Amino acid sequence: MKREIYITDYNCITPLGFDVPSNWNALLKGKSGVALHKIIENQKPFYASMIDSEKLENEFNRIFDSAQNDNMVFTRLEKMFLLSLKPLVERHVISDETAFILSTTKGNISLLKNQTILPEGAFLSSLAQKIADFFGFKTKPLVVSNACVSGVMAIAVAKNMIQAGKYKDAFVIAGDEISEFVISGFNSFQAIGTEICKPYDKTRDGINIGEATAAVYITSHCEEQSDEAISQNEKFSFKVLGDSSINDANHISGPSRTGDGLFASIQNAMIEANVPTEKIDFISAHGTATIYNDEMEAIAFNRMELQNVPLNSMKGYYGHCLGASGLLESIISMESARNNMLIPSKNFEETGTSQPLNIIKENQPAEIKYILKTASGFGGCNAAIVLEKC
Amino acid sequence: MKPMKKTDICTIENSKIILNNKIIFETQTENFSDFAKEAYKSLELNYPKFHKMDSLSKLAFLASEMILKDEDHNRTALVFANRSSSLDTDFKYQESINSQENYFPSPAVFVYTLPNICVGEISIKHKMQTENAFFVLGEFDEQFLNDYSEQILQSGKADKVLCGWVELYQDNYNAFVYLLTL
Repeated sequence: MKREIYITDYNCITPLGFDVPSNWNALLKGKSGVALHKIIENQKPFYASMIDSEKLENEFNRIFDSAQNDNMVFTRLEKMFLLSLKPLVERHVISDETAFILSTTKGNISLLKNQTILPEGAFLSSLAQKIADFFGFKTKPLVVSNACVSGVMAIAVAKNMIQAGKYKDAFVIAGDEISEFVISGFNSFQAIGTEICKPYDKTRDGINIGEATAAVYITSHCEEQSDEAISQNEKFSFKVLGDSSINDANHISGPSRTGDGLFASIQNAMIEANVPTEKIDFISAHGTATIYNDEMEAIAFNRMELQNVPLNSMKGYYGHCLGASGLLESIISMESARNNMLIPSKNFEETGTSQPLNIIKENQPAEIKYILKTASGFGGCNAAIVLEKC
Repeated sequence: MKPMKKTDICTIENSKIILNNKIIFETQTENFSDFAKEAYKSLELNYPKFHKMDSLSKLAFLASEMILKDEDHNRTALVFANRSSSLDTDFKYQESINSQENYFPSPAVFVYTLPNICVGEISIKHKMQTENAFFVLGEFDEQFLNDYSEQILQSGKADKVLCGWVELYQDNYNAFVYLLTL
């Protein structure tokens, strides 16, 4: 019998707020973090979901007193990571059996600009070690870097390593920052949308890049926890029941036309979870608002006979936060379940996929017990996890 | 629980490809891209997509190819790790956008600015619709790779795991790839 794995705490830093309640309230009001921003010199502005740097700086200075970080210089992304993790570290003990898992695609990629040699901070393991040292983690950090599925996969990695008995609990953080590097790259693919993105809609024309950090605490000893340990946070827990990450084996930059990898990932995750399709109450999908991705997802969900399950994409609120998106969206989906409220897939009006999906159009009260979270990305990767509200 | 068996091992370093303790390719060429080209030719790999790959993918592909051969791998998972992520290609891509006068971002380069693309390349070659993961670690950690692979095998999500370390930055490279089964 495998041991049960629980998510018992989380936090996030996004343009919509620097904690989960402020994010949730903004989402209920339908607010989007996406706006026009000048990101590359001499080029037109792009729609992107960007954190106000001044607000971030103020929040960082407010939370971290100068004595604590006098001798250290942190990049903007590192500040976002530290802010997301701080409240969790205050509420849960770090032991020598606690894993520290960081999910990112590009880390401090902005440090490469105009450099002739590689700066140490550009190494993802250096970034992770810096955050780990700051909070006093005792185990070696693990970095999950699997394109846009990283954030979902990071939860799976924590679950699997705890179940295998290698750790007792884990702090999982995920983050990516908007950079000229990433914007110019997606723009070279002509993948960036000309307005606030419209996942699954007939008129969708591409993604918005976003930035965020998110953090979750995952543990196998939920029941052993004292009430005081979680007194600062409302007591809640979600079981991580199943996971899978299957490659399309089709194309490195284009989604599969048959949805094979996503289909298989969902199928395997649900088999491990022992949850049949009719029990899934809600799907937090990837929905990037590119023509091919959303179509591929619709095909995969239909093959799984999940087309009638209420589904949303968070990209219209947060853009695509790359390595952070899967973890951030998992947090919001759990927040949906806690509040018994489905939130709409922003900007969806008219079906734009060849097969139907039950896309949520307005705030809708609902009992949510079983959540399916999915993601897909470059390299043909896909990931799915099944969560259960306890 | 059954212990894992390591059935095949391929290492690539110092201009040599070694499979199960036997040197199968060796050259004087130190530069990675010429080394990879010579190896491809000498080993008669016959997969033109190879030439479009970035160096990290070429390294991972060469090592995997020695072990996977033409066998059926539809139940073989892929678990890879390295230290430098995709920084070799990241650096090249960054050079293409450093100056306003010389601004040529290319999608063909940008797509390789993710370390897991090499796993995608191997999956495509062998039609492996299987579990896959890429980790970035401060140093080679065989214990971690084995632990992660073992739980995939124990959970029944795969019958074999091709796993390994594929580290590359410019002309410094080192691959250590092996096949695990229960």
